[in-house]
Amino acid sequence: MTTTLHTLTLTELKNGLEEGAFSATDITESLLARISEHGETLNAFITVTGERALEAAALADQRRAAGEARPLEGLPIVHKDIFCTSGVRTSCGSRMLDNFVSPYDATVVERLAGAGAIMLGKANMDEFAMGSSNETSWYGPVRNPWDLSRSPGGSSGGSSAAVAGRLVPAATGTDTGGSIRQPAALTNTVGLKPTYGRVSRYGMIAFASSLDQAGVITRSVADAALLLEFMAGFDEHDSTSIDHPVPDYLGSLDGRVDELRIGVVRQHFDAGLDERTGKAVREALATLEARGATLVDVDLPNIDLSVPTYYVVAPAECSSNLSRFDGVRFGHRAEDPADLLDLYCRSRGEGFGAEVKRRILTGTYVLSAGYYDAYYLKAQQVRQLIAEDFRKAFENVDVIAGPTAPTPAFELGAKTDDPITMYLNDIYTIGANLAGLPGLSVPCGFVDDLPVGLHLVGHHFAEQVILNCAYAYQQDTDWHTRCPEGFE
Amino acid sequence: MSLDKDQVRHIALLARLDITDAEIPDTVDKLSKIVDFVDQLSRAPADGVVPMAHPLNATQRLRPDAVTETDERDRIQANAPSVDGGLYLVPRVIE
Repeated sequence: MTTTLHTLTLTELKNGLEEGAFSATDITESLLARISEHGETLNAFITVTGERALEAAALADQRRAAGEARPLEGLPIVHKDIFCTSGVRTSCGSRMLDNFVSPYDATVVERLAGAGAIMLGKANMDEFAMGSSNETSWYGPVRNPWDLSRSPGGSSGGSSAAVAGRLVPAATGTDTGGSIRQPAALTNTVGLKPTYGRVSRYGMIAFASSLDQAGVITRSVADAALLLEFMAGFDEHDSTSIDHPVPDYLGSLDGRVDELRIGVVRQHFDAGLDERTGKAVREALATLEARGATLVDVDLPNIDLSVPTYYVVAPAECSSNLSRFDGVRFGHRAEDPADLLDLYCRSRGEGFGAEVKRRILTGTYVLSAGYYDAYYLKAQQVRQLIAEDFRKAFENVDVIAGPTAPTPAFELGAKTDDPITMYLNDIYTIGANLAGLPGLSVPCGFVDDLPVGLHLVGHHFAEQVILNCAYAYQQDTDWHTRCPEGFE
Repeated sequence: MSLDKDQVRHIALLARLDITDAEIPDTVDKLSKIVDFVDQLSRAPADGVVPMAHPLNATQRLRPDAVTETDERDRIQANAPSVDGGLYLVPRVIE
């Protein structure tokens, strides 16, 4: 039994634990063995917390035996290494924080652990979540289980590869411009980015504070719904956390879409989209239509400006957030500084990688005297126009659907020479971040044996609507059950 | 090139970021590409549009001005590169 536990989803593991088919220790041992077997091949982990996990599993089994099991008791989880974990290195994929041991837990970590989940380790990621391929990590690129020469997407690439390779059924991620949804699309997994403010950002190392949101990568929609219930909700430690009721996401999945109006964005099927990816997405929309949903054309007139808008707003916020890394209080410090300025400049110059430096410089430039109005202010105005386009669209539809990424997974190294080519990976996902909307990617087919994702965006706080739409789709399709060769 | 190497050096100084001579050509090239790319915003008609301050138009929540943090200096300073007696050490600032 325990040799096949890695094939089960989180909800299946939950049922098995409740029925006494296996123990939390069985699950933890089985998955730690999987991680040591495949972890190095994929480079999906920065830190594995095996000993800690086994101790937690023993306690979980005791709790269950005593009739005190919590809702997620004994269920495994991996956290993206952007979430602070008390007593465990929290590197954010950067040399800057290679030696940083967090003194506290992020709210997401604390809530999941409080519900009984067991952390198996910390997932690799693009440095400070800045990247779309997991190639900017100080710890090296992650490999896609569907083709080891290709990227698993980014920035939550360790999370997506670990889930796709069946090393763990679920992992947390963060999404500032598509960093949960794009890696999910490229690895045949489900990726959910909730509404801005739905999940606390406390203890989640900040990249762009008006865009960052925590979410999950799983293999089934039900698993994403299960976890969101325990991650979401108001947190007084996050000043942008929103006090809004948390529904029973899993319990409200009924697979009914007969009253659902799905908006299809014309601009998202234009020349930038790989033809066969577009075909898979159109077929997925037809499947939902056959199940009763109504497809409606929608227009987002300013959506083509979303990537340039993002590449002003996000770097501006990044340059401000990352000014805290000064070589004084924590993080990397240069040897033998000549003076304080040299200490700052060299600690940051050595601690940050090339992409992070580019974003800091871009942000500093657009915020600098004489350029603020032309770039930053203008970008925030265009951002308002994009958000307004979505607001108008949601007057007529419940969900906006399209492709998650323009192409399937690309070769490692293919896009590292040109930042703009890399940035355009997120062309379909960035709009949801700019407008603060929830988005989800669900597996919807393959092109040359590489996965394709269907992207669903909902109105603010309508996570249950996009979850249910994706759940309905998974009732009629089996893409999400397909496993990469060598990872069965 | 929309930016030259002197401009990039100036921005790097503002950002307190050391860019080595070897890194300069690539940084100038890629940063110029990024600036050219975002320049398309200048053509967007957005006169009079209220700039977005928050994606949900929420206002900043306030809380009572009460002490809620406990003293965890030792735990926090365990991550510091150089401390002495609870103080962070840096190179001499005033001669």
